[in-house]
Amino acid sequence: MFDDIKKSVADINQSMYDFKDEETDKDFYREEAGFTKEIVEKVSTEKNDPEWMREFRLKCLDIYNNMEMPNWGPETDDLDMDLISSYVKSKTGMQGDWNDVPEDIKNTFEKLGIPQAERESLAGVGAQYDSELVYHNVKDEVAAQGVVYTDFESALHGEYADMVREHFMKLVPPTDHKYAALHGAVWSGGSFVYVPKGVKVEIPLQSYFRLNAAGAGQFEHTLIIVDEGADLHFIEGCSAPKYNVANLHAGCVELFVGKNARLRYSTIENWSKNMYNLNTKRALVEEGGVMEWVSGSFGSHTSYLYPMTILQGDHSKMEYTGITFAGKGQNLDTGAKVVHNGKYTSSVISTKSISKDGGIGTYRSSVTINSGAKHSKAVISCDSLMLDSKSRSDTIPGIDIRTNDADVGHEAKIGRISDDAVFYLMSRGIKEEDARAMIVSGFADPVSKELPLEYAVEMNNLIKLEMSGNM
Amino acid sequence: MSEQNLLQVSDLSVSVDEMQILHKLNLKVNPGETHVLMGPNGAGKSTLGNTLMGNPNYVVNEGKIIFDGQDITNLSTDKRAAAGMFMSFQNPLEVPGISLSAFIRNAIHSQTGKPIKLLAYKKLLESTMELLNMDPSYADRDLNVGFSGGEKKKAEILQLLMLSPRLAILDETDSGLDVDAVRTVSKGIEEYQKRENGALIIITHSTKILESLHVDHTHVLVKGELVASGDGSLVEEINANGFERFIKD
Repeated sequence: MFDDIKKSVADINQSMYDFKDEETDKDFYREEAGFTKEIVEKVSTEKNDPEWMREFRLKCLDIYNNMEMPNWGPETDDLDMDLISSYVKSKTGMQGDWNDVPEDIKNTFEKLGIPQAERESLAGVGAQYDSELVYHNVKDEVAAQGVVYTDFESALHGEYADMVREHFMKLVPPTDHKYAALHGAVWSGGSFVYVPKGVKVEIPLQSYFRLNAAGAGQFEHTLIIVDEGADLHFIEGCSAPKYNVANLHAGCVELFVGKNARLRYSTIENWSKNMYNLNTKRALVEEGGVMEWVSGSFGSHTSYLYPMTILQGDHSKMEYTGITFAGKGQNLDTGAKVVHNGKYTSSVISTKSISKDGGIGTYRSSVTINSGAKHSKAVISCDSLMLDSKSRSDTIPGIDIRTNDADVGHEAKIGRISDDAVFYLMSRGIKEEDARAMIVSGFADPVSKELPLEYAVEMNNLIKLEMSGNM
Repeated sequence: MSEQNLLQVSDLSVSVDEMQILHKLNLKVNPGETHVLMGPNGAGKSTLGNTLMGNPNYVVNEGKIIFDGQDITNLSTDKRAAAGMFMSFQNPLEVPGISLSAFIRNAIHSQTGKPIKLLAYKKLLESTMELLNMDPSYADRDLNVGFSGGEKKKAEILQLLMLSPRLAILDETDSGLDVDAVRTVSKGIEEYQKRENGALIIITHSTKILESLHVDHTHVLVKGELVASGDGSLVEEINANGFERFIKD
């Protein structure tokens, strides 16, 4: 159904992500670095939290302080939490009209093409700059269907406050892991979406996250509830300019897919290569519901990212399509998790991983089929392509089946770019660099096909950008 | 221009993995001429094709390759293609994620430096595919992925006709084809000869493909050396008697 919104878009400028805007003290409020009780309380006050949220934050900080770092996955030794600022905010507040967004911030989003995308192909847009949303708008006809799409802070105080409280960090409890606890303590920004029963949102909603401040953390919270029989496509994009100090992204995404509802969640992540992306995403799917993930991970210095789906209801389904491109200095540990609880549930995980220039790409997954999940089906396939001999690609699949009555297939392939294929393409007049990019794009094609066209174009440009130079 | 050789290979010695395969080979091809290169297995026929096309696995130890007056001995493969050379591969590679149609259009763009209009391109592609008895659906399929042996070879000839080079090297294009496919492929080659006045080096060890083609020169390659050259009638002789008389110990 999303095919009909595909439009052609101009190629992106290759340098488009790496521009900086000075943040002056006059225009920005910046919390001091580190994570202490005082800082968490200040953030809570600044955000005018309801009392329960203030208590929740402090409880989370406690959990954070008492939890160990993950003892698996890529190193995070260079991430000094005492140097990360939890909260950076423009002093102007959130706007519902691009014209009211401060000039420098607006320029940033203009360069990223967000306002144009909104005009052309989106039902609603949220734009977060550092810790807070600076812009939020949803098209009238979509709002008229009863669809709620607001910044998280408004949601906490508005008509849906109870619904938010009922769901907030229930799917990803703060005890889940250290960074989930940290997120609970200092979360800021993000979106709340509610699609009422039976409402089908024909065109996607999008949130764009831009972390502009050096040495800052971004901790946005996204909560989406798609009620019975409803249908939504949500897109998130992320980018940041490159700094020499570490930045941290520890967002949290909680998705509730109701009975016979469908949610597609697409992400193109291009954080700068000083970013630690320790993000948590989880979906709960009721009977007959469908959860679709499309995920492109290109940026960050280190990523831990495994969107998880709990197939709770009978006949619920999930499909995960992901691609990871690990270049020089990057260690990207990505994959997917799924838990089958309901009967006749099915999951398909298909991932592609590309590593180049010493980059490390690890596919890590976990598929659990619990004893009640009779007649369930899981198919996992992961392909890796290493572009040179100094890069690494690992596959770590975990499969745990607790019923005799399940059908599970797993296939993994690791390969290198074939010199013969490069020669073949070059013999038709194609330059070596283009031939390699063509092979890599072709490898990524099953994922690009799942993306809205403008994102597919962006992804192909990112691949070309990654492929150019030192070939 | 017409007096100049299109291709001039002089004293060419080539090795693969440090083993010398070709020894001081000489060859001249004029515009529009069809040359047939025959020889027993392992004689170095494909080595010559790959070397002319600039495959980096084949190392030129000695000698020169001049194409259209330009020394291309050290030129990269894509530049040779842009200069007007083409090779039909013995085993065309499968490249997922790019359609046959998009690939050829991309290649034309790369070679000429300007994009070809989509409608004009589609028309030309369709009529050329029809000439080669190719199902039009192949245009949208990923390049060579899941193509049968015959379909792959037809797709090579399709590329030949679409790219219209001035010299085409056909490396065992007839191997593994059934009678009908050989007929179709040689119809495509004939079309190339007359449409483009294109020159050809046909590498083969059978003669089926040559039956309906006019051949100007035949060369016999044995153990990396050209041991005999003649006109088209040499093909018939080899067909009747094999390579035995050319093989000396």
